[in-house]
Amino acid sequence: MSGLAQQFEVVIGLEVHAHLRTHSKLFSPAPILYGGAPNQSVHPICLALPGVLPVLNERAVELAVRACLAMNCEVHPRSIFARKNYFYPDLPKGYQISQYEEPLATGGWVDIAAEGEGDSAQKRRIRLTRIHMEEDAGKSIHDAAIAGADATLVDLNRAGVPMIEIVSEPDLRSAEEAGAYLRAVRSILRFTDVSDADMEKGHMRCDVNVSLRPRGSKEYGTRTELKNLNSFRFVEDAVSAEVARQTEVLRGGGRVQQCTLAYDPGTARTSVLRVKEDADDYRYFPDPDLIPLQLSADQIERLRAEVPELAEQRADRFGSEYGLSEYDAAQLTASPALADFFEVAARRHGAAKVVANWILRDVMQALNERELSIDASPLSPEALARLIGMVDENRTTVKSARSLVPELVESGGDPEALVAERGLAAVSDAGVIERAVAEVLAEHPENVELYRAGEEKVLNFLMGQVMRKTQGKANPSAVREILARELRK
Amino acid sequence: MARISRAEVERVALLARISLTDEESDRLVREFDSFLDYIDTLQEIDTEGVAPTAHPLSLPTPTRPDRPAAAMNVELVVANAPEAAESAFVVPKVIDTEAEG
Amino acid sequence: MAEGIGTLRELRAALDAGETSSVEIVSRCLQRAEACQPVLNAFVGLRAEAALREAEASDARRRRGEVRSPLDGLPLAIKDNLVQSGELTHCASRILEGFVSPYTSTAVEGLERSGAIVIGRTNMDEFAMGSSTEHSVAGPTRNPWDLDRAPGGSSGGSAAAVAARIVPAALGSDTGGSIRQPASFCGVVGIKPTYGRVSRWGLVAFASSLDQIGAFARTAADCAWVLEAIAGYDDRDSTSIPEPTPAYSGALDGDLSGLRLGLPREYFAAEGANAAVVKLVREAVSELERAGAKTVEVGLPHARYAIATYYSIANAEASSNLARFDGVRYGHRAAGAKGLTEMYRRTRAEGFGEEVKRRILLGTYFLSAGYYDAYYRKAQQVRTLLRGDFERALESCDALVTPTSPEVAFRLGEKTADPLTMYLSDVYTVSANLAGIPALSTPCGFVDGLPVGLQIIGPALDEATPLRIADGFQRLTDHHEACPGAFA
Ligand SMILES: [Mg+2]
Ligand SMILES: [Zn+2]
Repeated sequence: MSGLAQQFEVVIGLEVHAHLRTHSKLFSPAPILYGGAPNQSVHPICLALPGVLPVLNERAVELAVRACLAMNCEVHPRSIFARKNYFYPDLPKGYQISQYEEPLATGGWVDIAAEGEGDSAQKRRIRLTRIHMEEDAGKSIHDAAIAGADATLVDLNRAGVPMIEIVSEPDLRSAEEAGAYLRAVRSILRFTDVSDADMEKGHMRCDVNVSLRPRGSKEYGTRTELKNLNSFRFVEDAVSAEVARQTEVLRGGGRVQQCTLAYDPGTARTSVLRVKEDADDYRYFPDPDLIPLQLSADQIERLRAEVPELAEQRADRFGSEYGLSEYDAAQLTASPALADFFEVAARRHGAAKVVANWILRDVMQALNERELSIDASPLSPEALARLIGMVDENRTTVKSARSLVPELVESGGDPEALVAERGLAAVSDAGVIERAVAEVLAEHPENVELYRAGEEKVLNFLMGQVMRKTQGKANPSAVREILARELRK
Repeated sequence: MARISRAEVERVALLARISLTDEESDRLVREFDSFLDYIDTLQEIDTEGVAPTAHPLSLPTPTRPDRPAAAMNVELVVANAPEAAESAFVVPKVIDTEAEG
Repeated sequence: MAEGIGTLRELRAALDAGETSSVEIVSRCLQRAEACQPVLNAFVGLRAEAALREAEASDARRRRGEVRSPLDGLPLAIKDNLVQSGELTHCASRILEGFVSPYTSTAVEGLERSGAIVIGRTNMDEFAMGSSTEHSVAGPTRNPWDLDRAPGGSSGGSAAAVAARIVPAALGSDTGGSIRQPASFCGVVGIKPTYGRVSRWGLVAFASSLDQIGAFARTAADCAWVLEAIAGYDDRDSTSIPEPTPAYSGALDGDLSGLRLGLPREYFAAEGANAAVVKLVREAVSELERAGAKTVEVGLPHARYAIATYYSIANAEASSNLARFDGVRYGHRAAGAKGLTEMYRRTRAEGFGEEVKRRILLGTYFLSAGYYDAYYRKAQQVRTLLRGDFERALESCDALVTPTSPEVAFRLGEKTADPLTMYLSDVYTVSANLAGIPALSTPCGFVDGLPVGLQIIGPALDEATPLRIADGFQRLTDHHEACPGAFA
């Protein structure tokens, strides 16, 4: 590939569709439902019964505007809902309500880490063309095993779910950059609480436009569109596969044909879904059932004030406020849930760096082993802070405390209670330790001699013996103190 | 010279998902013709800079609070359906050449 | 045949006086509807059982002294494009065969809330596309004044049912004159309110930016009662007007003195209307002048573009609104189609009538690539200019008076051959829809024994003024009392 990569420049643009986190649909009060039996979550409006009319969901507008502002777009005081007309069984009205001329927002950008650099990379700025609101379609089930050989089933639970479509400029130059851009978009949507943006759960999917051009050329080559990719891996794999396909075509002296492609993860190849005909004619026109959407400057400013800290800003603050390394800060802002967990625990405990280490080392390991995310685990930041506190206060040892983390991550519980019932409380009782010290000194007279002769390093050996006698529960500083005292006798 | 060809009428009929007989297509070519001539009187008018009417009255954008209503019971959803399998609508298989918009 | 039904006010008085019961009135309506059906074909469906049950309930309320409104216990008919829960709605189309609505339109809810009783659904042009009620899967409705003539349309069934004294009032919808023109042809009162005054929720859409629900009755005062029951803001319709409904009945004081009436030059022009029709309209105007009204001539420079503007917009919107009739979720589906596209194309070819297909195809063309600006967008711009004409004209006067239709009822089949001549019979009515302003038609005489309608157009939000003028006119004249001989 590298030789070819020098010959051609890869040009990629993404159209990301993300569901907005609302309770009801964009133009219908039907509840939002993921999974569930077909047509369990529909209202006459979703069914496009004769005589029904759309009414805009206020919350959807607020979330969409928040996303636009977080992505540095210009939100327009007036935007228009338009009908995109085409026939398909999962499109009940025979048109999708979307935005065409006069979208909600234009311009804007998303920064991604430039390729190759480490975590102190300078950024690459990916420009956005526009962000508009639209409703999702339902689902057509073609699978012959379910639908039968000559039938298709139609489920309208998803029909009308509010979405934003985020259209990028063709600024991406590799499959890796496409993946990085998609992760950056997901992070923004999550930190702003606009969308769960979980591709596996269908909250987010994307269409990718790919074209190649000879290095240095200014015009774009003919592009092909990969539709409805619904996982990060597919996006990167599909783009690589398509780049390879187009490269082959061009090197064979052929011409890339404008078409829509499907990606088959099985064969890791792209295949033509349909050639773009001119017959493609969506007959967009302003929806006469809806009045143009007007947003006052005040409304927009109020919504701007609601845009929370994004991952990047939060990581910077973790550095300045808690003195974390750039690397740790980046790790802890992988998701808003993790960042929140860290901040609560850090405030509770006081020593943020210590807490960060516990989370990045013990907690993350336990989560990964169980394929849990922090918000799915019953471990509370307060509990973690208390556990670490017990170590600070010598009420248990680091070793004991770490042994409890997997259990806390899996089933939660109260650290104090666990330490007690597992008998992991540190021994600070002077009597117990003095007895153990006396025994050890009696068992190792030769080391005592050596120490008194100035071989101070044997102290560590003797300490180890005492710790062993107390099954590691003895408070080490108490042991060191008593041992030194006894040896000086 | 017809304003609109028979092929054009048939393209429109496909877009509208209505099949036409040859007689219907012929008749429509004639009707489109006289109708488009009539409509063309609009081109006489200078509409430079005139805003299209969105609503005869200027109203604020109405929105509704994000409160979900009860969903329809599924029996009712498919009650009027020509064909259904349990709670899903059934349509003839989508043949590959007919792809989504 | 059961004797003719009185006006809403006559029936109200008889109920309040205890001379009759709702059950008695409703049964008489139903009998008369049955008896007239073979002759007029005004109805596509009656709900006898439900109506009688509701009548009993209303009688019980009245005995308890819990009368809900002046309409409580009184019968009405609704056009076949207004849905009512548990009832069929066909829009006179095969494509909706067997469709039973699981919900009720806001307008019909208004009737139910007021205690009025829906006795059945009236015939119409398929999907309200027509001016004669000949384009119906149920066959044409006939004009009670001359059974060889059309009742007008698209709400011809409602107009004929009121004219033939089958019901005292009925609901219709008016996209380009579909209430006023049949009211004129059948010699009854028909009003189209301001766009957005009556919610469109549950009205099967033809052209969303023009459709408006309205009422038929034999008097302006009865229309006011019906309007008060169905009008008002509805948060289920984004184009509904967030204003309280005026108390229309209160405005009917019969006082016409000082009213300024505008006469649009273009609507009285010689080349336009039938001379006898214009003569009657001018006589009506002098009658109003004798009652103290002043008249001024006004100009509507863009009026001559109204029909072209109207059909560009209406067909484009219709082509999209009717895409939902695809044989997937309800209604007709062609049998044995191989593949989805064939199913769609045959279902819609079989399910829609000729006129509906014609309009869907024209509208699809207007919106298709390369033509949107020249047709739909251009028409919406001309619409803005036309609205301006009416706003200016209505600054110098309280209402405009014009003929409702350039002619009297035409013969069945007379215009079906040439769609364009049919379209031209809406020439005086479409403008009120394009401007979104209220307008009504009230009887103002007869030409060769056929009714002629006087159109009264008011400014936006002011249905009261046209109603007040029509009511005042009816106090001075008796055209609205004439009854078609065969139905006296
Ligand atoms: Mg797209
Ligand atoms: Zn989209």
